[in-house]
Amino acid sequence: MNIHEYQAKQVLRGFGIKVPRGEICFHAAAAREAAKNLGDGPYVVKAQIHAGGRGKGGGVKVVKTVDEVKKAAEKMLGMQLITHQTGPEGKIVRRVYVEEGCNIARELYVSLLIDRATSKVTLMASAEGGMDIEEVAAKTPEKIFKEAIDPTVGMTGFQARRMAFRLGLEKKQVGQAVQFFQNLYAAFLAKDCSLVEINPLVVTGEGDIMALDAKLNFDDNSLYRQPDIRALRDYDEEDVNEIDASEHDLSYISLDGNIGCMVNGAGLAMATMDIIQLCGGSPANFLDAGGGATREKVTAAFKIILGDPQVKGILVNIFGGIMKCDIIAQGIIDAVNEVQLTIPLVVRLEGTNVEKGKELLKNSGLNIIAAEGMTDGAQKIVKAVGGTGV
Amino acid sequence: MSILVNKETKVITQGITGSHGLFHTVAAMEYGTEVVGGVTPGKAGTMVEGVPVFNTVADAVHETGANASVIYVPPPFAADAIMEAVDAEIPLVICITEGIPVLDMVKVKHYMRGKKTRLIGPNCPGIITPGECKIGIMPGYIHTPGPVGVVSRSGTLTYEAVWQLTTREVGQTTCIGLGGDPVNGTNFIDVLALFEKDPATEAVLMIGEIGGTAEDEAARFIRDNMTKPVAAFIAGQTAPPGKRMGHAGAIISGGKGTAAEKIATLEECGVKVAKSPADMAETLLSIYKP
Repeated sequence: MNIHEYQAKQVLRGFGIKVPRGEICFHAAAAREAAKNLGDGPYVVKAQIHAGGRGKGGGVKVVKTVDEVKKAAEKMLGMQLITHQTGPEGKIVRRVYVEEGCNIARELYVSLLIDRATSKVTLMASAEGGMDIEEVAAKTPEKIFKEAIDPTVGMTGFQARRMAFRLGLEKKQVGQAVQFFQNLYAAFLAKDCSLVEINPLVVTGEGDIMALDAKLNFDDNSLYRQPDIRALRDYDEEDVNEIDASEHDLSYISLDGNIGCMVNGAGLAMATMDIIQLCGGSPANFLDAGGGATREKVTAAFKIILGDPQVKGILVNIFGGIMKCDIIAQGIIDAVNEVQLTIPLVVRLEGTNVEKGKELLKNSGLNIIAAEGMTDGAQKIVKAVGGTGV
Repeated sequence: MSILVNKETKVITQGITGSHGLFHTVAAMEYGTEVVGGVTPGKAGTMVEGVPVFNTVADAVHETGANASVIYVPPPFAADAIMEAVDAEIPLVICITEGIPVLDMVKVKHYMRGKKTRLIGPNCPGIITPGECKIGIMPGYIHTPGPVGVVSRSGTLTYEAVWQLTTREVGQTTCIGLGGDPVNGTNFIDVLALFEKDPATEAVLMIGEIGGTAEDEAARFIRDNMTKPVAAFIAGQTAPPGKRMGHAGAIISGGKGTAAEKIATLEECGVKVAKSPADMAETLLSIYKP
């Protein structure tokens, strides 16, 4: 799960991490008021969307007066902000964060993440702050420093200190930086984060260390024990279909194509998307219906797939293991009847009781195209939606 | 021959009285797996499907001589269940549970250092040596004994691969699902090394997916250490970056872990990669004749 920058800063403030003062605003007038409350300028107006690269897209503005704050907020609120992370359609800005300006002397990069190779939380930092860190990592990996953290001892003083020295911080800032890194780690653990990214971490003209931006991602598996974080979820930032799917315990990701997919299992679902593309089509979604494909679940899945107006046909690919194919077939028949499906449906079933399942589909009187194997299924649905195929 | 499990394997189920645990324990027994007991705290002294239930894993091991455990405990308690099995020095632990907090697994991994246990999973279908021992949730009948080792990060896609082999009359020595979580017990390299050493395994089919670098490391291991032919498939060629594809571990982050990257590395290391998921078995059979 993701949250907004202003929410991330609020969470971090609770762990003693220094962030600029600011206020969240939903209207331009409120933005002017917020700036007034902050005192003298300059101010920073920042569009709050769940995507990086906002500055380049016009989502971050540094201004001097409260009237300019209002003007900037007016311009941002309601705009379709397009960044390299939003996709070409962009995201609507519904809230802006008005912050006090800050006198920047140096910009650094700091993050905490789980390193799969060591199975440890790892502190990662670079003196090349503010930049696209992926580019730094690709071109000059020697400029990125790492410290793997022992889960029983936590982040030790010497590790935090070593990092501070590597970043070239001055003596008087090292103590502050050590505290900053350790507080960041405390937040990571306490809130079950999967990523904490501060880019940039700044050294101010006054010699203070401060998080100028903050990105927090959370481990979905841990949300059951993080009610405070769950409460920060902004449904406006998520695809309506994806929200709907999560309520039905389905894993759904919307894509750009026109062939809806319903599959059991994440790996097979990805493989189904792949084979559709190999056959010249384009998948409209990833959908993992999980292990138990009940009538309710299949119906919910069909409704979610059909909620995407681009969908011109559906491919169902089920490998019935524990779930028997005849039960899945009945689920499909019931669901087709309930949602009154009008677009082509190709069904590929394999596994336990597959003959019974196919028989049921054949005798249902419904316009269901049966497929033998994955290639056949993909070719048939690509043809059915009018694709040329390969 | 086979790896890790065979007809001598004695299995206990942690969470045997839960609906999941019970259902799959019965299925394993029907397949012929030697299930010797189960663990559910507070239910010691009762019997389930003819086997005794114990309060602790240590008791179960002491009384039954179990040398493998399978875990169906719900996510909030699963990490503790793994550590209990490790503490009881069970050589092989298979955790089926999906949805364990990643930081819990970070602790488990640390706890396991220097201990005697091998963990498979979590969030995996389990392990099967066809005709001998099935531990997990995979449908038994799709497998058949034979010379090919199968190792995979996913569940149903593994069934698909196994079924492709079985319908071409190519059997399997052992099939292992490693699971879709970012922090897990056993990785590709561990299993590839075991297959290389197993005299019965003649070739290996490896199924990976987007996210992380496990497949790249496996590719280099194959190049440097394996004499047996290996074919692979990587799922998620069409997956967009930044989106979690069902599995917590299946996410392209920071431009890393794409299918294209993994396929390129595998091919550079001499592994034949199937372009289509429909051709997994055919691709292996193009470089290996049983």
